[in-house]
Amino acid sequence: MNERVKKLREQSLNSQPTLSLERALLLTEFHKSGVVEKVSVPVARALAFKYILENKKLCINEGELIVGERGPKPVATSTFPEICTHTIKDLEILDTRSKISFSVDKETKELTEELIIPFWKGRSIRDRIFANVESKWKDAYEAGVFTEFMEQRAPGHTVAGKKIFSNGMLDFIEQIKSALNSTNFWDDPDALNKKKELNAMLISANAIMAYAIRYSDYAMELAQKQEDPKRKDELLKIAEVCFNVPANAPKNMWEALQHYWFIHLGVITELNTWDSFNPGRLDQNLYPFYKKDVEEGSLSPEDVKELLQCFWVKFNNQPAPPKVGVTAEESNTYTDFCLINLGGIKEDGSNAVNELSYILLDVIEEMRILQPSSMVQISSKTPDKFLDRALRIVKTGFGQPSIFNTDAIIQEMLIQGKSLIDARNGGASGCVETGAFGKEAYILTGYFNLVKVLELALNRGIDPRTGKAVGFRTDDPEDFENFDDLFNAFSVQLRYFVAIKIKGNNIIERLWAQYLPAPFMSILIDDCIARGKDYNNGGARYNTSYIQGVGLGSITDSLSSIKFNVFDKKIVSMRELLDSMSDNFENNEDLRWKLLRETPKYGNDDDYADEIMKRVFEDYYSVINGRPNTKGGCYRINLLPTTVHIYFGSVIKATPDGRKEFQPLSEGVSPVQGMDTKGPTGVIKSASKIDHLRTGGTLLNQKFTPTFLEDEDGLKKLLYLIRAYFKLDGHQIQFNVVSAETLRKAQKNPEEYRTLIVRVAGYSDYFVNLGENLQNEIIARTEHLNY
Amino acid sequence: MLHETGMVFDIKHFAVHDGPGIRTTVFFKGCPLSCWWCHNPESKNPNPEKIEDPLKKLSETSKKCGKEIVGREVQVSEVLEELLKDVIFYDESGGGVTFSGGEPLMQPDFLSSLLKECKINGIHTCIDTSGYSSRQIIDVIINNVDLFLYDLKLVNNEDHEKYTGVGNEMIMQNLEYLCELQKPVIIRIPIIPGITETDDNILQLGEYISGLDCVLRVDLLPYNQMGEEKYRRLEKPYLLNNINPPSKERMFQIKEKLEVFNLKVKIGG
Repeated sequence: MNERVKKLREQSLNSQPTLSLERALLLTEFHKSGVVEKVSVPVARALAFKYILENKKLCINEGELIVGERGPKPVATSTFPEICTHTIKDLEILDTRSKISFSVDKETKELTEELIIPFWKGRSIRDRIFANVESKWKDAYEAGVFTEFMEQRAPGHTVAGKKIFSNGMLDFIEQIKSALNSTNFWDDPDALNKKKELNAMLISANAIMAYAIRYSDYAMELAQKQEDPKRKDELLKIAEVCFNVPANAPKNMWEALQHYWFIHLGVITELNTWDSFNPGRLDQNLYPFYKKDVEEGSLSPEDVKELLQCFWVKFNNQPAPPKVGVTAEESNTYTDFCLINLGGIKEDGSNAVNELSYILLDVIEEMRILQPSSMVQISSKTPDKFLDRALRIVKTGFGQPSIFNTDAIIQEMLIQGKSLIDARNGGASGCVETGAFGKEAYILTGYFNLVKVLELALNRGIDPRTGKAVGFRTDDPEDFENFDDLFNAFSVQLRYFVAIKIKGNNIIERLWAQYLPAPFMSILIDDCIARGKDYNNGGARYNTSYIQGVGLGSITDSLSSIKFNVFDKKIVSMRELLDSMSDNFENNEDLRWKLLRETPKYGNDDDYADEIMKRVFEDYYSVINGRPNTKGGCYRINLLPTTVHIYFGSVIKATPDGRKEFQPLSEGVSPVQGMDTKGPTGVIKSASKIDHLRTGGTLLNQKFTPTFLEDEDGLKKLLYLIRAYFKLDGHQIQFNVVSAETLRKAQKNPEEYRTLIVRVAGYSDYFVNLGENLQNEIIARTEHLNY
Repeated sequence: MLHETGMVFDIKHFAVHDGPGIRTTVFFKGCPLSCWWCHNPESKNPNPEKIEDPLKKLSETSKKCGKEIVGREVQVSEVLEELLKDVIFYDESGGGVTFSGGEPLMQPDFLSSLLKECKINGIHTCIDTSGYSSRQIIDVIINNVDLFLYDLKLVNNEDHEKYTGVGNEMIMQNLEYLCELQKPVIIRIPIIPGITETDDNILQLGEYISGLDCVLRVDLLPYNQMGEEKYRRLEKPYLLNNINPPSKERMFQIKEKLEVFNLKVKIGG
């Protein structure tokens, strides 16, 4: 890493994130101007986007080559009052909390109180959502049965496809105009709406070009003042690059990166899309530029690396917008889930790994920063050399890259009805979510607490934590004659809550389509232009809504425990078990010991438990998969937790698997922490009994001690282990290579371990920034060591 | 044959130091040797015995420090079922099963049935042995073993007897016999400071091994103190107090000393 990159990286790592009202104030100003009332909603959104980009502060940091920030300076984070408005109390929490804080100055607080809150009250989408959903939805939400993604962040989850890199905004404008020209008011009853939407896209495309020209002028101005001739040349080059892109298709590596970066800024300024937009298959998308530049001799491999590293810093300069309300207190990450994909296969089905894939791995290893996150796609055609190189980064212990199975991803997409070409051009984004890059809106709508559902089934629909009746009044568990009766009650509650969730989603999706379209993002995703439809309104070629199941290990072990201990072995009666759970096992450690240590558990290749897991999976799948959403697509499931397994555990009392009250649930498709006693092959065999191909992604965490991977042999065996999991259709696997001992030390002396990065869920984070519960949960994950 | 039973004290999946690839190691209970440094003291006694269960101590409030039984009589079919679960990993990595112990040759009928079943199912087989066994037993199993992990400790017979409880003539003769039959062998030498790691012993071992033409490789297994805790839990005396594991430098020295004899040497299994 050269001096320039070192400085930029340090600046990014050491800056304290702040909350910036710049965007919120400009938006409010625009809304007060009276324009909004005179035009259609999509056009108003586009004009607001234009207004922000015309007036926001420009920022070119010392030494940087790729320019542009979302806020007025690095790590200054915008707010989105049209989505949700921070209260003064939220701002105080953000300002003072010890982890993941955002500095909020006095002026920001005052302006929020005087201008932002009064204007947006009742107008934000969050307020509209809570005003429109039924009371049962609110009860379930408050009880922690599910979460809702779209109440604080925009329905994002989409990734740039390759068209971004071969088209400029001028090309898109041609396409939009041609769609406008073919709008047919004679045959098409939707023609007027299409026209409005396409006009909004035109305004947005022009707005981003004008924004780039502002940067070009600014760079020129700085160049004229600059005395250092080397920097002067760089600034002139920046001016030239920003003049060319994103108006025109990029011609070289530098332009391609800056081009993408303007597009990225456009997307994250227009809305705060969840699971932030990213450049997708970066090694594929950039390869033509790389090859041309290197062949022409205009860039050396070192120059390429430097540009990429400058590009990397830009991602890290954009922390995720902080949440409001309860989640402001517990949301614990700066990461915004950009996931760079490397490797995989090409559109023609051949191995896609190229020289640039390896250079990008070097960049990842050297940069060692949270954002962007990275992954490698491994197909049966991927050379071992590439996987081996990736594992050599994994073993350094910062949790990146995670390892994905391309063959599974492609099959998942084919099962969902996508074309083979679209599937091969796709990958995974966010944590582990499968998507057709550039062509799909795959919206995560909320996490679903499978274990809470069982708790309600064991309490006749009454939440034992609050005493409130939130579920369906199923039978008294003491009357269950066998395991099927129990499972049936679980299944009834499951259907009850999934119905509430989907009914809510059907309202929420429409509110977004109606009030907050995303015309800029719509330019980028096929086939919004051709259909004249907004991304938030079903314009994408594929529209998928997900409900993410959480706690698969915990629900399996809990059901397995009741089946084994109550019905099969009759070790304990249902009454005694329920009473012990309600006492948090205070007076019954012996029973808890049996539940923990002498009961079949998921994660050990034991069919007794694993068959129950399959039954839960089938039930969850059958109630959700294929239900229509409001955008012409349908519902699917995936199994990933981010950090919600901590929150979901915190609303559940003791469970039949011996878990104490309010402790975390299992994460992803991993076994309950510490319950996988047969080593990694047992975990992999159990996890592979999930039918991954019918999901849109699953997440499997494994932890190895650094010593295991120190020798070449250990590394090779890890590679075989991954290959075996993928042969069994496993979707994804990721590793923490850090010892429990180190983590405990870091917990005690956070100052000394400020830079320790660990794998959390589908992303990595600074260990010292995690909440204590999450820290403990990671320590408790089984560590594979002395094999 | 599937109903044949034997005494086993552990089946370890994802064993990565007991032969090529990803392996499952079946630990037989019972051993005719009693090496001072043995890190599996529960493998010595051919019968089940009680051992303190450290997990039970970890139970938060009960202070319970229970015991568990180590050693279990299992049927061939039961072991086979466990092994078949891991076939995908064997296939992917060129791995298989390793019968270790204890001394697997101490349970010849059980071992021989297991080996036959493994061969029927296409599983690569290793045995990790002290070589202390009668020739007839070796003849019974030899055709179904793909690779021998063969322990050599001390060349001096008196020392061998002192530190392991038995002499080494039979061990060496059996090794030579395997070589006559051209069976592939990996020699494993535990490097115990002051006992097996002496320059004399290493030189003698090098010379002896270089005369054998069936040896694929020599693995040097550095002494570790992991066994000590188990002696305590078994309430057995530990004879090797105050010995530290050999340094990395010393391990490299020993490796070099053996390489002089034109041997392929690896540190670790």
